[in-house]
Amino acid sequence: MEGTAVRGRLTWQVATVSELTDETATVRTIDLQVPDWAGHRAGQHLDIRLTGDDGYRAERSYSIASAPGEPVAITVERLEDGEVSPYLTEDLRQGDQFELRGPIGGYFIWDPARDTTPLLLVAGGSGVVPLRSILRYRERTGSTTPARLLYSARTLPDVIYRDELDRYNHDQGVDVIYTLTRQQPPGWTGRTGRVNAAMLTGIAWPASQNPLAFVCGPTSFVEAVAGALVGLGYPPGRVKTERFGATGAPGGP
Amino acid sequence: MDALDGNAIGGLLQEVFGHEMTAALATCGSCDWVGPVAETMVYVRAPGTVVRCRTCTRVLMVFAEVRGRKCVDLQGLAALQAS
Amino acid sequence: MSPPLSRGFHRRHQTPAGEEGRVPPGQYVTQDFPVLSAGPTPHTPTEKWTFSIKQGGDTEKSWSWDEMRALPHEDVTVDIHCVTRWSKLDTHWQAVSIDTLLAQVEHDAGYVLAFCDGGYTTNLPLPDVTGGQAWVAFGYEGEPLPPEHGGPARLLVPHLYFWKSAKWVRGLELLDHDEPGFWETYGYNMYGDPWKEQRYEGD
Repeated sequence: MEGTAVRGRLTWQVATVSELTDETATVRTIDLQVPDWAGHRAGQHLDIRLTGDDGYRAERSYSIASAPGEPVAITVERLEDGEVSPYLTEDLRQGDQFELRGPIGGYFIWDPARDTTPLLLVAGGSGVVPLRSILRYRERTGSTTPARLLYSARTLPDVIYRDELDRYNHDQGVDVIYTLTRQQPPGWTGRTGRVNAAMLTGIAWPASQNPLAFVCGPTSFVEAVAGALVGLGYPPGRVKTERFGATGAPGGP
Repeated sequence: MDALDGNAIGGLLQEVFGHEMTAALATCGSCDWVGPVAETMVYVRAPGTVVRCRTCTRVLMVFAEVRGRKCVDLQGLAALQAS
Repeated sequence: MSPPLSRGFHRRHQTPAGEEGRVPPGQYVTQDFPVLSAGPTPHTPTEKWTFSIKQGGDTEKSWSWDEMRALPHEDVTVDIHCVTRWSKLDTHWQAVSIDTLLAQVEHDAGYVLAFCDGGYTTNLPLPDVTGGQAWVAFGYEGEPLPPEHGGPARLLVPHLYFWKSAKWVRGLELLDHDEPGFWETYGYNMYGDPWKEQRYEGD
């Protein structure tokens, strides 16, 4: 495996919050300044560690939202019963610090030099975060690999990175398709309901094109989608999966 | 509760093995399954972390942190090959 | 070098004032009931469920679900303490005492190994599952015990860390020696007294 991004011992380092961006009512992107950041690959994640003044520690994992070459950023969804996510999405301020280690992951990675066949990205809720890193990287590298993002969200206001995703268009080789599962705005002509085999049949690249799929979201979402893609003829090795806790982030809230 | 997958313990694996391991190939010691560690079933909310074969559910690896030191039992694996 | 403090970060739950004496060292009180699991949740239908007491490879006594539910049972209110540091006070269970079950078996065992759907095991000294200290619980807070918390039935041994209160329990094996169960094999304490903080081997 090439690259300093995956080799060697992970060490905890101090990250400083440089910017905070509210993506939706419950989701915030946190841009970080990390002095010894070694760079990352599209799809990787990092671990963070918070220490309270009584010494209490909590660790969580978050997918990296920014593309390789951009400053490292994470996007966090506030979970109602969470311990860490409410802190990160509501209390955290510019200049605050916590520890992080990363980048982590050598499997759920899109490499434009290696992966040149049509790209299928399927996101459930906050599972869109690592897939957005992949799309941003595709754009940064000038890749012409055709890409399709199928993004399942409860409602349109829950769509993370909406403005950015709406700017992609078919002429650039990227199709972004939303499916809204709980509520749609008046006049909505897009897809509704959960991602299933029927919906994928119309959207997934044909297996004959040797596509590469990345599926990310809650466990039940990932299992249903991965199973459907294999049913459409995708070899299991061409369907990469990353399961988030039923509550939204790898490893839990 | 639903299991996660090997991606969720990428940091733990790298800490214990000194190397990225989510793409490493694991062979189940009980059935014939071979695949990336990222595709195993992982239970993180327990006294330790339990990694199971997605095909037969047998235990492949167990990580426990005992007095601050991480211990790993790999007896459920027939093989583990870092890429 | 000490890590940077995360300004304003604190644990979600604080021990209620006045309850400190009920909380073993290193624990904090939670209002939740966290679901911890080492494997997939089994779903054994009660029609197929049995609870057995085994000894030397033989089944000494076995109860079907209906037979178990026909035994005298009690409402039990106890505090529970998980080795992952959460404690939950005043939990209410509906359960059959292990004394009731063991009374129907002749034995001179010193230890038991609880065995469960999914393969989980945990070991206990016999004196710790008798004398009104342990139960097979089928109800929680007045409702049937949900599968994620161990239903149809789990062991309930509240004076020890809660990993000893094995979920999805299907029986007890009577032994003359202390045989490490699942977590005990991986470095957790053979006994597990939360008041002595016996979390790990050697504590």
